[in-house]
Amino acid sequence: MQRYIVSRIGQSILVLLGVLVLVFFMLRITGNPAALLLPKEASPEQVAAFKAKLGLDRPLPIQFLRFAQSALTGDFGNSLRYRTDALDLILERLPATVELASAALLLAILIAVPLGLVGGSNPGSLWDSVARTLGLLGQSIPNFWLALLLIILFAVKLNWLPSFGRDSWQSVVLPAVALGLAPMGQLVRLTRAAVLEIRGTDYVRTAYSKGLPTRLVYVRHILRNAAIPLISVLGIQFGYLLGGSIYIETIFSWPGIGNLVAEAVSVRDFTLVQAIAVFSSLVVILLNLLTDILYALVDPRIRYG
Amino acid sequence: MASETLSETVPGIAPATPVDESPFQQQLRFFWRALRRDRSGMIGLGLFLLIVLTAIFAPQIAPHDPLEQNLRVAKTPPAWTAEGSWEYPLGTDNLGRDLFSRIVYGSRVSMLVGFFGVLIAAGIGLSVGLVSGYLGGRPDNLIMTVVNILLALPYLLFVVFIAALLGRSLLNVILIFGITDSPIFVRIARGEVLRLREAEYVQAAHSLGSRTGRILLRHILPNLIGPLITVATFEMSAMIFYEAGLGFLGLSVPPSVPSWGNMLSVGRKYLTTQPWIATFPGVAIMVTALAMNLLGDWLRDTLDPRTRKR
Repeated sequence: MQRYIVSRIGQSILVLLGVLVLVFFMLRITGNPAALLLPKEASPEQVAAFKAKLGLDRPLPIQFLRFAQSALTGDFGNSLRYRTDALDLILERLPATVELASAALLLAILIAVPLGLVGGSNPGSLWDSVARTLGLLGQSIPNFWLALLLIILFAVKLNWLPSFGRDSWQSVVLPAVALGLAPMGQLVRLTRAAVLEIRGTDYVRTAYSKGLPTRLVYVRHILRNAAIPLISVLGIQFGYLLGGSIYIETIFSWPGIGNLVAEAVSVRDFTLVQAIAVFSSLVVILLNLLTDILYALVDPRIRYG
Repeated sequence: MASETLSETVPGIAPATPVDESPFQQQLRFFWRALRRDRSGMIGLGLFLLIVLTAIFAPQIAPHDPLEQNLRVAKTPPAWTAEGSWEYPLGTDNLGRDLFSRIVYGSRVSMLVGFFGVLIAAGIGLSVGLVSGYLGGRPDNLIMTVVNILLALPYLLFVVFIAALLGRSLLNVILIFGITDSPIFVRIARGEVLRLREAEYVQAAHSLGSRTGRILLRHILPNLIGPLITVATFEMSAMIFYEAGLGFLGLSVPPSVPSWGNMLSVGRKYLTTQPWIATFPGVAIMVTALAMNLLGDWLRDTLDPRTRKR
């Protein structure tokens, strides 16, 4: 177990290094990072001073070491637009994004898992059709379009819920539904498939034939085994939610990181974009590490394998 | 081959295939039978063909020039409402451009990005995955480490990042998706190679003295095509999604090009007063994704012998 965790941590560090290399070279594929990182109206003297300050006149490996060093200490420089520290800006927006992503994921789990369970237990039934339809729609409806439809219906026509901002608990409802539909669809498909498969295994038949009540068969055997693939997907889903929040937060003017990305990209604030890319990757890497460790705790095959 | 076993074991299916059919014809016959038994797969294929034909024959189908502006008819609602007219079946946008014609032409951008994006991704993924899986050892470890790093990233964020750096053009969008999506294909191809490398017929070819290149091309590649096509269908659907998303953020093809994402981004500004401008392009995206997902589900069930029974 300890060895497994240590090797997973090692892998995570490797992935983080990979992210730094990638972000570093991305700004350089255009050939002129100084032009990207400075305001357009910068004078030649300012450009030269900036290049000297960042060490852009030095060889690439040295540039990378300096970049990695400052990134790892949380120093990404100042945002071009806000003229304040990029990391501070991100941390300020973080709670709103965590709130929205958690709400979306919670909604997805609360609807998808029971529905997948009932559908998988009774293949061909009405609930199974509902589960399969939701699984398909979750894959096929773009969340940014769903967000617009929800606004047209619930904010404009019915005037039930607010369509922008983060003022009251009602504000989170529409964005959470829009963001949650896709993970909901995937979780339904996964739960249904897992239950369908586990129902036919020998150990479930044994559990039934030794007289275990249905409720206990579900709690002890089916649910526990179905939870394994679900946990591994949840970590991936969170990364997806971070990406999806770019649209949803922009549409609903939700003051989170996704909104900050869209803003930074539209004004070409690449210091900020760079900082967000490294920061979000770090979050996703940590979450994946966490789910893998959790996974090992739940599944003895990995612990001892 | 497979169709013979089917007709022998399943009662009610037409008697054995004529002997003079080529293996390819037998394959086609098998697919057609499997498709006819699966209603949702049939719907998926039908819709998909419809969209492809729309993209090809856009100039013949669209009643108006998709770029033609006419401010006098701007913001006309759809034909079935009181103020609408059949001159503009789905209404017009803020500049008086016909929404139906723009959606018809928009299918071209989506299909081009989806098709060529997947082609590039599958091409890179297949070559890297084949080599990586067959060589094994240190090169394989290195390649898979890089692939796992790429797959662990918040994908959309990086796509947005690169798109913003490179600027708006169709070629850029295709290249971005083609390259960033290739790790998925590397993983699929490598996994299959690892499985097939140990297969008896590959071992036999090896002991008969076939060279590596020949084994890869003649024995392993043909068996890879099934899983690859399935993944390609799902990935094409995902790319069409992502392209629309980039367009929505103003990062895909230039604003003058009619694309579903660009249309949504315009429609969003008129959400409260002219909701139809944003509604219809979204329907187009949804129908396309639905078609490809139904098709992908069917392909997966049909091509994968492990699930073929269902």
